[in-house]
Amino acid sequence: MLVSIQPLNLMLIFVGVAVGLFIGAMPGLGSVNGVAILLPITFLVPAGSAIIFLAAIYYGAMYGGAISSITLGIPGASTAVATTFDGRPLALQGRASLALVTAALASFVGGTVANVLFTLFAPVLATVALSFGPPEIFALMLLAFATFVGLGGDDIPKTIFSICFGLVLASVGFDQISGEPRLVLFEMDGFLQGIGFLVLAIGVYGIGEMLWTIEQTRGEVTTTNANLTVKGMFSDLREASQRAWKGTVIGSFLGFFVGVLPAAGATPGSLMSYGVAKMVSRRPETFGKGNPDGISAPESANNSASTGAMLPMLTLGIPGSPTTAILLGGMVIWGLTPGPRLFINETEFVWGLIGSFYISNVAALLINLAFIPLFVWMLRMPFTILAPMIFVLSIAGGYAATRNMHDIWMMVVFGLGAFFLRKLDYPLAPAVLAIVLGPIAEPTLRQSLLLSSGDPSIFFTRPIAGPITVIALILIFLPALQFVRRRRRKAMA
Amino acid sequence: MKTTKRTLLKLALAAVIVGTPAAAVAEDWEPTRPIDFVIMAGPGGGADQIARFIQSVAEKQDMTNRPLVPNNKGGGSGAEALLHVGKARDADHTLLVTLNSFFTTPLRQEKLGIDTETFTPIAMMGVDPFVLWVHKDEGITDFESFVEKVKTADGQWVMGGTGKGQEDSIVIAYLSDAFGLKIKYIPYDGGGAVAKDLAGRQVMATVNNPAEAKGFYDSGDFVPLLAFSDERLPAYPDVPTMKEKGHDFSYYNQRAVVGAPGMSDEAAAYYRDLFSKIYETAEWQGYLKSESLSPLWMNAEEQRAYWAKQVENHKKLLAAMEN
Amino acid sequence: MKTGEIVTAGLLALFSAYLMWKSAELPVGYIRGEGPGGGAWPFWLSAIMLICACMVAVNGWRGRTTPSGSTEPLLDSHGWKMLVMVGGAIVVFVGLISIISMYGAIAVFLLYYTLYLGRHGWGLSLSISLLTPILFFFFFEGAMQITMPKGMSFTDPVFDILYDIIY
Repeated sequence: MLVSIQPLNLMLIFVGVAVGLFIGAMPGLGSVNGVAILLPITFLVPAGSAIIFLAAIYYGAMYGGAISSITLGIPGASTAVATTFDGRPLALQGRASLALVTAALASFVGGTVANVLFTLFAPVLATVALSFGPPEIFALMLLAFATFVGLGGDDIPKTIFSICFGLVLASVGFDQISGEPRLVLFEMDGFLQGIGFLVLAIGVYGIGEMLWTIEQTRGEVTTTNANLTVKGMFSDLREASQRAWKGTVIGSFLGFFVGVLPAAGATPGSLMSYGVAKMVSRRPETFGKGNPDGISAPESANNSASTGAMLPMLTLGIPGSPTTAILLGGMVIWGLTPGPRLFINETEFVWGLIGSFYISNVAALLINLAFIPLFVWMLRMPFTILAPMIFVLSIAGGYAATRNMHDIWMMVVFGLGAFFLRKLDYPLAPAVLAIVLGPIAEPTLRQSLLLSSGDPSIFFTRPIAGPITVIALILIFLPALQFVRRRRRKAMA
Repeated sequence: MKTTKRTLLKLALAAVIVGTPAAAVAEDWEPTRPIDFVIMAGPGGGADQIARFIQSVAEKQDMTNRPLVPNNKGGGSGAEALLHVGKARDADHTLLVTLNSFFTTPLRQEKLGIDTETFTPIAMMGVDPFVLWVHKDEGITDFESFVEKVKTADGQWVMGGTGKGQEDSIVIAYLSDAFGLKIKYIPYDGGGAVAKDLAGRQVMATVNNPAEAKGFYDSGDFVPLLAFSDERLPAYPDVPTMKEKGHDFSYYNQRAVVGAPGMSDEAAAYYRDLFSKIYETAEWQGYLKSESLSPLWMNAEEQRAYWAKQVENHKKLLAAMEN
Repeated sequence: MKTGEIVTAGLLALFSAYLMWKSAELPVGYIRGEGPGGGAWPFWLSAIMLICACMVAVNGWRGRTTPSGSTEPLLDSHGWKMLVMVGGAIVVFVGLISIISMYGAIAVFLLYYTLYLGRHGWGLSLSISLLTPILFFFFFEGAMQITMPKGMSFTDPVFDILYDIIY
């Protein structure tokens, strides 16, 4: 633990968090970019300090993801999609600073809860993670889909269309199981690599939603300007802790447990937390309109899950996300063998790292709060400057993420399409989330069926998969049943 | 006034001194912009680790005047990377870190129109052997009892791998053909995921590179049964090879750096020189040893010959697998 | 908006049918002992999309959906104008990337937007549209080591100088 409070390491943590915060706030860029770029630089410092630095960047980027979701309405990473649902409306109501404060606090609590769980139960949780095979992961994805049901609009065919559209887009490219090219649309080679989450998300939010806003407001957007006083920040802090604690608690725990599972990661965790927070809320109708619980649930969850994702990396040597994959590569370069022996052979390194999680978290909170006025100030730019800047950020950020002109054209196509669909009240968030979950759900479904020689009962008979599947199915069919009953009642009346 | 003049003079002199060697070197080709360092796999896999390791060594020793910028293009078993590099606008600044999908993907997907021969050979950094692993709780310690156990399982023996037509599936196909085994093969999206599901006993055995399974081997969870190398691996001296079992078969994953088609001779010479320097560093030699890679340095002509041989070889292996 | 709703639903139905046809290149049925074939997942989901699109069209025709109840056109003349001026500009922007590089295209797009659409003064417009690409260059190429498209080869000399500055 003492390792992390040496002056050099402390400084690295602050620098890392600040760098991560800005990288994470750029749409298209995330912790992967930050970690990958700074990996070679870490040779200048000892291995222990190096990974602490990288972990600080990782944390910073996680906090930063919420910033573009709230201020620009573009989720910079799949983990921050759910944050836009309530963060953006709140920002448009002139409460951007409340939204940002809520996100920062929730992230802090989520990270801290995860750290404590991590410290106490790391070896036990590693065993739990290993017991999740393909059927269990698929059951979990089903559960994540169950939380979709509440996310769509009122028009059920349009919502289902949107979900299926996202799932089909996710299957473009290659079929992992047979290794055959699939759905190479219009025989264009560009589709061989599939359609990434960011391409759809930036298209829908960065272009489509912006066009819609410009059209709706005839180019005269007026956001109520938030007050930028220290006193205002404090009252926001108080308000956030009063109105968002429930979501924070849900997100912190749920996010961690989902994040620990190597195949799942932070996105399903944040999404499920949002869904659960809405379900248990006494006023679910306020979700999507700027409820602070709708920010704190996904934000605490994605931070908590990101810490959770470190667990399979450290205890098993298995990356839970692209970023941890790069960290893992870094450990090999520094001469450490990730795997079950790491906790025993390299205790100083492991506990130093965990210690740095705690400090990174505090540093991230402080730095984030300090920068909130800057981000709120950005919103005060005239809309005729902010709008083209968002377009430029979307295109450049999108290219940085995919390095492919084909994907940029796809973003434009999705953007223009999303504009029309948005006008016709098609909910698009389900499609954006489906494109994240699809690539996990489909292979695990088919791997499971291969395991069972095509027998679907595998999802019900396994001790962990069984209960999850049943709960998911109940959650999926419950609203449908209620809907039918309501209609029947209406018809009778 | 005097001092200023003298200082100026000194500066000018310094500029000349510094400038002369630079001018001399300027005749040789040097990259003028960042080098697109394309990786045929997603982040975290063996190829990615190697690419980042190479990049780190180059950075640490300050070997290039422009950075190597890693660019993961793992889609479609490397088809994405091959298309990207094959059509590179700036061939002199585009390199590809390959694995065996460099041979298999163009063979399996003729529609892509990629010809392996057109790429520019740069450096063979080493070859990665494959080993057959089981979980220790299977209670198997040698290859013979493995064969027996698979036979008694009668088609219910489950192995994980990285997908049909991928390196490990070729090895497994050969293995089951040679010993008359019936194996159920589950494809995953990377070597790490495969190792994880072996550790959790979701699958019963795998064929992984030593680097991917090392952590679990050290902790005693994985038991190596058979190596698919020419000779016994130094890190696993007790593990017999396929050749000892009477089948003339060895299989390695190539860890090579390849230039884009149409790269100028000057640029190719620069990169060959660069990577031979990286190859000789203590870091890379240490990496080869710790991750059980076999060194297999080749010059450009030898690499071309090796490619032609590998393409023929894979044609046969893939054809055998289809049947 | 009623026509818009029905026409859009029709287009989406057509697209879904195309996706179904395209997925059918791989087996879409249930293979005994193996589970669904490679095309099954997208095929059946596209089938659901097709059904949903038809339902939307029917509901729209009966005036049951919110947009179909509205008498406003999908886009009025102002809306079309906006779409052409902003959406069109984005298309031109992306097209320019391959010709005058990402940074050049950003400069042109920003200048057009701030000066022409935003009606800001020359001073402000020029400084925004010149400073942004320069800042982006140092951020992406220098700090993040991400190379952006360089456009056609006539831009090379400019970038060679810029790279000499940052490395």
